Amino acid sequence: MIAVLLEQALNGLQLGVTLFLLASGLTLVLGIMRLVNLAHGSLYMVGAYIAFTIQSASGSFSLGLLAAAAATALIGAVLERLLFERLYQRGYLEQVIVSFGAVMFLDELVRVLWGPLPLKAPMPEVFDWSVELLPGLLYPTYRLAIIAVGMVVSILLYLLVTHTRIGMMVRAGASDRSMISALGVNIRDLYTAVFAGGAALAAIAGTMAGPIYSVQIGMGESVLVQSLIAIVIGGIGSIRGAAIAAVLVGVSDTIGRVFLPPGIAQITVYVFMAAVLVCRPRGLFPAHV
Amino acid sequence: MSKIPFLRIGPPAIPAFFWAVPLVVVLLAVPFICEALGQPFYLRVASRILIFALAASSLNLVLGFGGMVSLGHAAFVGIGSYVVAVLAWHLSNEVPVLTWPIVIEGTTNAALAWPAAIGASALAAFVVGAISLRTTGLYFIMITLAFAQMIYYYAVSLQQYGGDDGMKMRGRSVLPGLDLANRTTFYYLVLVALLLCIAFLFCLARSRFGLVIRGIRQNETRMRALGIEPYPYQLTCFTISGAMAGFAGVLMANLDTFVSPSDLSMARSDELVAMILLGGVGSLWGPPLGAAFYILAQLGLGNLTTHWPLAFGPALIIVVLFARRGLVGIFGERQR
Repeated sequence: MIAVLLEQALNGLQLGVTLFLLASGLTLVLGIMRLVNLAHGSLYMVGAYIAFTIQSASGSFSLGLLAAAAATALIGAVLERLLFERLYQRGYLEQVIVSFGAVMFLDELVRVLWGPLPLKAPMPEVFDWSVELLPGLLYPTYRLAIIAVGMVVSILLYLLVTHTRIGMMVRAGASDRSMISALGVNIRDLYTAVFAGGAALAAIAGTMAGPIYSVQIGMGESVLVQSLIAIVIGGIGSIRGAAIAAVLVGVSDTIGRVFLPPGIAQITVYVFMAAVLVCRPRGLFPAHV
Repeated sequence: MSKIPFLRIGPPAIPAFFWAVPLVVVLLAVPFICEALGQPFYLRVASRILIFALAASSLNLVLGFGGMVSLGHAAFVGIGSYVVAVLAWHLSNEVPVLTWPIVIEGTTNAALAWPAAIGASALAAFVVGAISLRTTGLYFIMITLAFAQMIYYYAVSLQQYGGDDGMKMRGRSVLPGLDLANRTTFYYLVLVALLLCIAFLFCLARSRFGLVIRGIRQNETRMRALGIEPYPYQLTCFTISGAMAGFAGVLMANLDTFVSPSDLSMARSDELVAMILLGGVGSLWGPPLGAAFYILAQLGLGNLTTHWPLAFGPALIIVVLFARRGLVGIFGERQR
């Protein structure tokens, strides 16, 4: 019993850090730029596909990961300059539909380039073994590696936003965009950089999810919604909130699927979200934006 | 966004009706035109457009008129569809829907199934609205989206009713006195339903209730200062909209005699929002126009290439970025 619980808790933690990698970029874009970007899940998907191709060609997982992060960051930057930059001053509705159009385009582009069938990304050889955590409980090291990467990234990101000059400028841009640009900060490039960074994190999440789940069209949609839930629970714009809520969502979703009957299991996360919002309508850790 | 008026209040309401009369004449003639062209498939497309027009209009009530950006409206449409299909399934499999505390048998009788479906959608909208409306802005958008996904995944988990694949119905609902299996009859039923709903929205917008809702959208603080608590008005508006969406779902299930979870997916909700945005947010004729444009464009591009989203996605983006008031802006419903 304890073994099953530990295994599922770790699976939940692994899903949680994956969600956090998406949620962190998304919460910055939402909270600071006030931009609803439904295409974030597509960046996760595009990252996974690029990594799959590079990995198959070169045989190196880490090369695939780096290439995916770099290429997706570039795609993110182009999308921001081409489309989303025009939308900061417009309503949420327009943002939703423009990003919906982008999702349509990217999904179909992937279908044209890689075909409609799901692909199975190979497991990196270094982590293709299991470790015995408890007597009788073998746990794949690859999932432990994902958890470790997620933790390291979240700590780095937290330090970046709260303790560096760049992070300070990002936060200042959120409070008063015109004032910070009057002080000589190129806010336009800064926003593009934040967007590209979020895209790179999404690509890393997609790449790492590839060997566990299959690489397929629409793979970003369910994780997008789950990370949006994490953002809402954590408080829009708060990195710390997103981190805690992503782990809560990941763990409760995974444990729910194992121990609750089907039908109820699928909706545990949503009930959890509703319960949080009834008590705290602005999330657990409201950011001051 | 707040500059776009829903129906203008006051005497000169002519522009809305100026286009309405010839439009209704054309719509009445559609079955004859399709018959003359020997293309019954077009009548099906026309029915589909009208049903989407109804669904988009119902969303426009909360979105354009009430200023509540709901991203989960397809769920209420889908609930309407599912209730009709599930009741029909239970009748054809001779299994009661409920055995405890009371026995409820399945039915294809429209007089029973349709109100049940609309009621279920209204109830779902009431519950979702009651929780979501405690929040505003971005949170509201995200929560409506999340609840719709919850209902979507719930539908996927219903293995008994086809799960992910959905289920086929044996036939349309039975409405005493009307042969719904006849495509022309069904088309006219859908047309009448749409026109009645539009007339209802027109009256609602001009009622005291409509004024309050408009007032809340424009300035919530001022409405509070006038002694009006927004929450019950917004919740009522959301519930009415959900019921109307459920009605659209009822018609949709009957048109296709098929339901599946994709009827209540996030993509479907986004499509409804896109139709409104294409047509003109907050205008009476905008959503129907947008629905027609959207479905016809999709069909036309789909005929040209299987990879139509490659063109459709960017086209949607361009229209949204540059035609800021939608099609209604082109067709002369002038802004004051």
